[in-house]
Amino acid sequence: MSEGRYNTSELLICTASRLMPDKTTVFVGTGIPMLAGSLAQKMHAPDLVAIFEFGGTGAILEELPIAVGGQRTFHRAVSASGLLEIIETAQRGFVDYGFLGGAQIDPYGNLNSTVIGDHAKPKARLPGSGGGNDVGSHCWRTIAIMRHDTRRFVEQVDFITTPGYLTGPGAREAAGLPVDTGPYRVVTTLAVLGYEEESKRMMLLETQPGVSVDEVVENTGFELVIPDDVGENPPPSDEELRILRDEVDRNRLYI
Amino acid sequence: MNILDAGQGDLIQPADLDAFRKHNREKPKAMIDKRMTEAEAVNRFVFDGAYIGTELYGTVRCPMSLVNEVIRQGKTDLRMAGQGVLETDVLLAAHLVKELDLTYIGLEVYGISHPFRREMENGRIEKCVEWSNAALAWRFKATAMGVPFLPMRSMLGTDTFKYSAAKVVTDPYGGGRVAIVPALILDVGLIHVHRADMYGNAQIDGISGFCAEMARASRRLIISTEKIVPSEEIRAKPDRTIIPYYLVDAVVEAPFGSHPGEMYYTYARDEDQIKEWVEASKTEQGSQAYLNKYVYSLEDHAAYLDFIGQERLEKLEGMIAGRDR
Repeated sequence: MSEGRYNTSELLICTASRLMPDKTTVFVGTGIPMLAGSLAQKMHAPDLVAIFEFGGTGAILEELPIAVGGQRTFHRAVSASGLLEIIETAQRGFVDYGFLGGAQIDPYGNLNSTVIGDHAKPKARLPGSGGGNDVGSHCWRTIAIMRHDTRRFVEQVDFITTPGYLTGPGAREAAGLPVDTGPYRVVTTLAVLGYEEESKRMMLLETQPGVSVDEVVENTGFELVIPDDVGENPPPSDEELRILRDEVDRNRLYI
Repeated sequence: MNILDAGQGDLIQPADLDAFRKHNREKPKAMIDKRMTEAEAVNRFVFDGAYIGTELYGTVRCPMSLVNEVIRQGKTDLRMAGQGVLETDVLLAAHLVKELDLTYIGLEVYGISHPFRREMENGRIEKCVEWSNAALAWRFKATAMGVPFLPMRSMLGTDTFKYSAAKVVTDPYGGGRVAIVPALILDVGLIHVHRADMYGNAQIDGISGFCAEMARASRRLIISTEKIVPSEEIRAKPDRTIIPYYLVDAVVEAPFGSHPGEMYYTYARDEDQIKEWVEASKTEQGSQAYLNKYVYSLEDHAAYLDFIGQERLEKLEGMIAGRDR
């Protein structure tokens, strides 16, 4: 898949970066979204406004934060506030994109980061919502970043930590969530996916370089909507890789 | 108010706002010297079964010197607002936590918390009630406002709601569905700040997390501070005071009190020691060995700092550009 020119982390970072338009507000967590945000600022989106949940707004991502509350999340930022100012800003409609991860995702983009197995007697206890549920509730569009396999892409998640489209069309609004919000893209090691307008089910948009549609289908634990025309996501460019390696993560904390 | 849905989680700490008002009325409004050691503050205010909260986050401006003392004194059956990294991790590793209002316990880039996983999977945590970050902070905010609950649009439609003690009601004005969360009053809040005077007027630099709300939702508030400064220094920049003295019960001077976590503009986090914990905490035996090395065998925070060593601490200071540099 990578032809040895880049690894899967780099592929995810470059793909996510392209989904961060200039002059938009983006809620980022640590790890891949933050690297993607930094890369986007240096490539095509110098005025990308990075928002961190503990209060950093509009940081210049010169140094990689390693904690969502760390000092680098408000490095040369426009404001250093607090958690509720950030989430309330999202709740009143100011945040365009939110990036999310999880241990499981279902066809409607619902995410689990709480527990595998039963809540009271867990097979594996995971960290819990943190800000995930808030991001998934209030941001206009959410983008999940996942490694792609049948363990993670499941028909039904064990626990809905963060709302996707819940049970389908109209379900978010019926639950009381803000209108016109919800999952937008899923960036994976094998594909870029979106959601079919009518059914709100996950739909294949592009395969990652060298990956076949069949491979994506085989590694997904539910039925994907496959349109007639599936594109291929362009591989990371030399320029993207150079900036990522020489500037964004020059100390190789993540990649 | 028409209740449409209710989470099945227990309300671990029901809020009695009139009792809280009475308590606040009786808190001294005089400027009193509240300086004391970690040992004294924990001994006086933290009790077995207490509901406690920590702020901000286990690797960032975190009250580690206070938490280490809670472990030394073995305050047990604690109930806790679970938003944390190292500080909740070590309390869990010491088997001191019985009930959690949980939003997130993990190690961020280093993955899941093994002590949390062990305590949950072997059933030592008797109650674990789920919330989102904002929901828990809004619970503090409700108390800070002195009202019994706040409406919010988080958690709707999810299992996070189902396993919480939140409710969904009909918006009495607009008619839609809205979630409400109950006020949460901590028995004891633990907050580490950049500077405070001896009365407890406290200032922090940088982002403030949920410090303002939690401070106002604590019956007893223990402040640890990088340094105790003359009141005149506070009064010269009163706009920076996020916690006024009347909220505070104890002021503990704790330089490097967040170590191995970071303190904005002051010192970086100690990556080597955090990694040591990440490895050690993977097993019960390793966790106990770490606690022996860094907590039980050291008498107090001064002994802890001696053990870490001046050279290492200065190196962490050198990694951060100060606020005015």
